[in-house]
Amino acid sequence: MAGDNVKHLSDAEFEEYVLKAELPSLVDFWAPWCGPCKAIGPVIEELADEYAGKVQITKMNVDDNPTTPGKYSIRAIPTLILFKGGEIVDQVTGAVGKTQLVAMLNKVA
Amino acid sequence: MANTDYQLIILGGGPAGLTAGLYAARDRLQVLLVEKGVVGGQVLVTDWIDNYPGFPDGVTGNELIEKMAAQAARFDLEIKNANVVKIELSGATKKLTLESGAELTCQALIICTGARPNKLGIPGEDKFTGKGVSYCATCDGPFFRDQEILVVGGGDTAIQEADFLTKFATKVTVVHRRDSLRATRVLQEKAFANQRIEFIWNSNVVSIEGEKEVERIKLRNNDGEEQEISASGIFILIGTIPNNEMLPLEQLGADKHGFIKTDEEMCTKVPGVMVAGDIRSKTVRQIINGAGEGAVAAIAAEHYLSELN
Repeated sequence: MAGDNVKHLSDAEFEEYVLKAELPSLVDFWAPWCGPCKAIGPVIEELADEYAGKVQITKMNVDDNPTTPGKYSIRAIPTLILFKGGEIVDQVTGAVGKTQLVAMLNKVA
Repeated sequence: MANTDYQLIILGGGPAGLTAGLYAARDRLQVLLVEKGVVGGQVLVTDWIDNYPGFPDGVTGNELIEKMAAQAARFDLEIKNANVVKIELSGATKKLTLESGAELTCQALIICTGARPNKLGIPGEDKFTGKGVSYCATCDGPFFRDQEILVVGGGDTAIQEADFLTKFATKVTVVHRRDSLRATRVLQEKAFANQRIEFIWNSNVVSIEGEKEVERIKLRNNDGEEQEISASGIFILIGTIPNNEMLPLEQLGADKHGFIKTDEEMCTKVPGVMVAGDIRSKTVRQIINGAGEGAVAAIAAEHYLSELN
């Protein structure tokens, strides 16, 4: 099913699931009120299916989880950050297309 | 008839491109819409739209685009996500080169690449983009809850979004380089009545300063006097510039700002190449005329193709 491979993260889960993970993770910081965030939602779901087992594709609602976005000085969404081994590999802000996200994910996949 | 991948390619998936796509798909042309990001364009960053007919209570930018895309999809419009880096228009076959190196050919081309927010081009602007500098109130406004922020500009977008931002910010200061606003009257009246909005007239932003995030903004008025304002955010809403990097401007014919000139049928001086929406040289840039131009361009493309074959 579309979307089943997207993990919805909370502040409490972030360190364990992303920073300490073996696999690299893409975190899509989003909110329900953000039009561009909604627009890239289907792309994120497709990527989650295509990169299953290679990159963890996750989303974090910044309204419900203020701590992690604050830590990374996020003041614009959608912001997508790619983590590997606890470090930021790449990040991008705005409604970017699938092609650009695939190029980003292929750096670690 | 030339042997091409498609009869018609539409470049860009904002309101102009989606409308052109709807018309072309309904006319059963072999048509492809190429979009570099996600469909919607600048409408996606519009919080609320009160001036698109058919929505008596208004509509969000996101919902309007979803409906436009769904309508085109009902007629099987094919959409491809790719970034076009080069366009060759010599001869009957039009050739588009993608970032991947792949090529696409067509007989007719409708260019709807739109425009993007203009920048101030001042120190601190790029450094703090996403860290207090924003071009999208609806995306980033809620990050400035209970804070004091600036809006730069005096047009419809600046004034509407200044009003929207007072839902979050305790104080929104509008900085405008003139002594009156260009925004439509209804928006002006609302802004002047809003207790949380203040105006600084006849002033330009000189620089944006801070450690890790925006903290201070330096202004200079037309008499040369400078002042510094504490603010955690600055929304720069000062009009748009054309997305024309991939276009052969000289061949197509552009105005001095880089927008493409057309006739009333949206045709450029290159046969088989039409232009619609914000990328077109014109004075009014609204969703409604972008969509209208998309329809006109698609019909012009249909005529061109039927005369070819």
